[in-house]
Amino acid sequence: MPRHTFKLNGKRVHVNVPNDVHLLWVLRDVLGVNGPKYGCGLDVCKACTSHINGKAFNPCCVPVSKISADDEITTIEGLPDTVGKDLHPMQEAWLEMDVAQCGYCQPGQIMAAVAKVKEAKAAGREITDADLDDIRNICRCGTYHRIREAIQAGAKAM
Amino acid sequence: MTVMEPTRRRFIAYLVAAPTVVAAARWADASTGGGTAPSPIPSAPGAADTYDLNDLLTDSAKPTANMITVTMNKDGTASFALPRVESGQGITTSTAMIIAEELDLPVGKVRVTLADARPELMMNQFTAGSNTTISTYTPIRSAAAAAKQQMLLTAADELGVPVHRLTTHDGVVHAPDGRTMSYGVLAEKGAATTSREIDVTLKPVAQFKVVGQPHRRVDALEAVTGRKKYTLDHDVPGALPTMICRPPTIQGTPKKVHNLATVKGMPGITDVAMISNGVAVRGQTFGQCIEAVRALKVTWNPGTVDKDSDQTFLAELKAAELPMAPPPPGASVVDEAFTFYWKSNTALEPQTAIADVRKDGVTIWSSLQAPIFTQKQVADLLGFSTDQVKVHVTNSGGAFGRRMFSDVVLEACEASKKFGKPVKLMWHRTDEFRAGRMHPMCISHVRASYSGGSVLNFEQRHTSVATDWSMGFGEPITAGGASGPVAQSPIHGNYNYSQTVWNLTVNVPYNFGQVDHAIQEIRDYTVMKSGSVRNLYNADAAVARELVVDQLAKAMKIDPYAFRDAFLKDDASRSVLKAAAKAAKWGRSMRPGTAQGIAFHSEYHGRIACVAEIDARPSTINRKKRQAVTGPRVTRITIAVDVGLPINPKGIQAQMMGGAMDAIGQILTESLHLKDGYFLEGSWDDYYYTRQWNAPFDVNVIVMPATSESPGGVGEFPIAVTKSAVACALTRATDKLPSYFPINHLDPLPFEPFPTEPSIPPSPNDGLHRKGE
Ligand code: FES
Ligand code: FES
Repeated sequence: MPRHTFKLNGKRVHVNVPNDVHLLWVLRDVLGVNGPKYGCGLDVCKACTSHINGKAFNPCCVPVSKISADDEITTIEGLPDTVGKDLHPMQEAWLEMDVAQCGYCQPGQIMAAVAKVKEAKAAGREITDADLDDIRNICRCGTYHRIREAIQAGAKAM
Repeated sequence: MTVMEPTRRRFIAYLVAAPTVVAAARWADASTGGGTAPSPIPSAPGAADTYDLNDLLTDSAKPTANMITVTMNKDGTASFALPRVESGQGITTSTAMIIAEELDLPVGKVRVTLADARPELMMNQFTAGSNTTISTYTPIRSAAAAAKQQMLLTAADELGVPVHRLTTHDGVVHAPDGRTMSYGVLAEKGAATTSREIDVTLKPVAQFKVVGQPHRRVDALEAVTGRKKYTLDHDVPGALPTMICRPPTIQGTPKKVHNLATVKGMPGITDVAMISNGVAVRGQTFGQCIEAVRALKVTWNPGTVDKDSDQTFLAELKAAELPMAPPPPGASVVDEAFTFYWKSNTALEPQTAIADVRKDGVTIWSSLQAPIFTQKQVADLLGFSTDQVKVHVTNSGGAFGRRMFSDVVLEACEASKKFGKPVKLMWHRTDEFRAGRMHPMCISHVRASYSGGSVLNFEQRHTSVATDWSMGFGEPITAGGASGPVAQSPIHGNYNYSQTVWNLTVNVPYNFGQVDHAIQEIRDYTVMKSGSVRNLYNADAAVARELVVDQLAKAMKIDPYAFRDAFLKDDASRSVLKAAAKAAKWGRSMRPGTAQGIAFHSEYHGRIACVAEIDARPSTINRKKRQAVTGPRVTRITIAVDVGLPINPKGIQAQMMGGAMDAIGQILTESLHLKDGYFLEGSWDDYYYTRQWNAPFDVNVIVMPATSESPGGVGEFPIAVTKSAVACALTRATDKLPSYFPINHLDPLPFEPFPTEPSIPPSPNDGLHRKGE
């Protein structure tokens, strides 16, 4: 069985899994990292959104063999550590706005939001309504409006 | 608006012999306690009639049978197992608030968990119809009040102070001389050695400090850190990922598997077997299960609607409509019919269940709106007694009516039994749309006649593909017993459930002279896998009503708000309408191609009004997004809601906002297309539920001050009114009354449907190149 190694939430991990198994299942079924959620496996719902080297991506659509040894994968579990705190400012904003309902989409929403804000900041601009409209993450409970408010609040604190 | 005088009614509660203070109340009091208005779903007299204090005292091994209990713990916290399912509607938060209020304990010290299936509660463990808070409010308060009373009496004894001179605050009892005792200490000292009945008085509403104040969700931290556990996150030893290869048409069945051995030999796959609904595969990872499902070669038996499409159902619905009376001679008539297409009730978390079937029993973990019903079905399926079926109710990633049905649990049990191993079963997203449940297609026809300033009559004929009420709703309705609505009718079956649900929910809140509305269904309820989507008939029927109200107003040359204000039946309704209109600045000038729409609705013991603003200008409609439907955009939603007694205004606001997102999708973008026995949709990029690019920029929810001493329903309440307001706004913005919803249903398909065999599409491999855009 092929052996794969990469950095996950700041720690090096090794797993023995066939090459074509998508990373979401390596995280959830093999490594027991349950923050990224399954909602489609089609790169559509974005419930599994995590970061690779600081950028948002969807592990349901990346075979584990495409992750290389120096790639850093961050899931919601590892997000606070990226700022050296108990909670990332975006998570704080989520609490402040009481965004979550069932909560199932929220790890993915927060990971998408953090990447979106970073992108805007890197381009030297504020987050806009157009940026928010670009977020594809489904929230079937309909928390979209509070998500918009929380991203704007979180962006200020980032 | 005035809050009613507090009534100091006395309630019966129980102290239970236990190591700490444990107080109980009869769950069945849910049907009688506190409320004044009739409940939308008739509650059963059930439990209280068949169980009394004697039983409680003698049955010491099961002292809390038939009861719900509040337990005080040595660490000063209180615990309560709620016999309902939390699906995001915030009932664990509101329940914690109710208990905290009665106990004078911080909300953070109340631990609310979800109870396992408890058959002795009969139909009272059924999460639907926005009924949780309506029916649980008084029993929960009674038990909490009894616990507090026992701790106070104990403290009086210990401190040598008359009980009426003691006060409580934040989990501590205070004597006038400054001495204190904590609930943690009193929990142990006050423990009852024998169970007994006691009288309790509930805290007057006027003294409420927690209930009625906005409170954040108690599970918010878990949700934002990814620690919140849903079914699939439970680690049950040996329960490996399991998925099902499904038939190409709705409710088809497997006939023969041609390559079972080959698939069993695929990497990671441990088991493959045919079950009733398809072919189950079990493996090390879900990813490998997906591959195995895709590799299976299966011959299938036909399904239940292989020859049907949208058009065949449409023709049948039209032909089945019940006749209307001729309009009064000389009156002017508004006569409109609206078609509502199929809507999926899938949540974001797909159907999931863990099952471990052994020789002598089965253990199940799943998120279920009707766990007792599921338990019974599992017992029947496996030939067990219900005692041998242990059902753990887990948090759900959304329910919306879907989790009233037990199919995923039955499939998991069948697979676990065949494999002789525990399974963790998950539906694929495509299964959800193609093999899942849908709100049935229907036509709602309204005819109203008017003369001068009066509406003379209002008739509504609602014709729908049958809705399956058998799971859960069927039970409480049938259990109405000799006096129940169904028992009085000579005919039994789904038809009567439909009539009952229709008659108990659909209303016309206006003074429209002679009002007559009726439902007619086509096909047997087992033909389509039908159900409800977060609301029952009013999700469509009320929209038809409100659109015709706007047409009447237009014909009579009255402003839509002024018209409703004039015709609404009571002042309480008018004040809700007014609150929404005022906050939304009703009548403000709007640019061409944009408009406001207003609607009113009453249900779930409450009243609600909504003003929607929509932008239907070409520049907005023609926005481009990859694999998306953009279309008109609802830019602003204002809602005023009177829920009787609001428990948690923040939670209510969240529910209203969420409901408005359903409404936007259902009016503008979201539906299933039936073609030759299957639905074309297979993912969220072709089933166009509201996305960020469809979401309003501005949402404002006004929770009206209390108008009652008892709470009304919340979760499903916003759907009918927000859908109506969006539909009315669109009609005004475009000056064209739509005849079907969603308005894009008959557009050329904007997507390429997935093949039906294999039943699930492959996961893409190029995720790194998309970078999560
Ligand atoms: S599960 Fe990865 S995008 Fe839906
Ligand atoms: S909170 Fe339930 S799906 Fe977003």
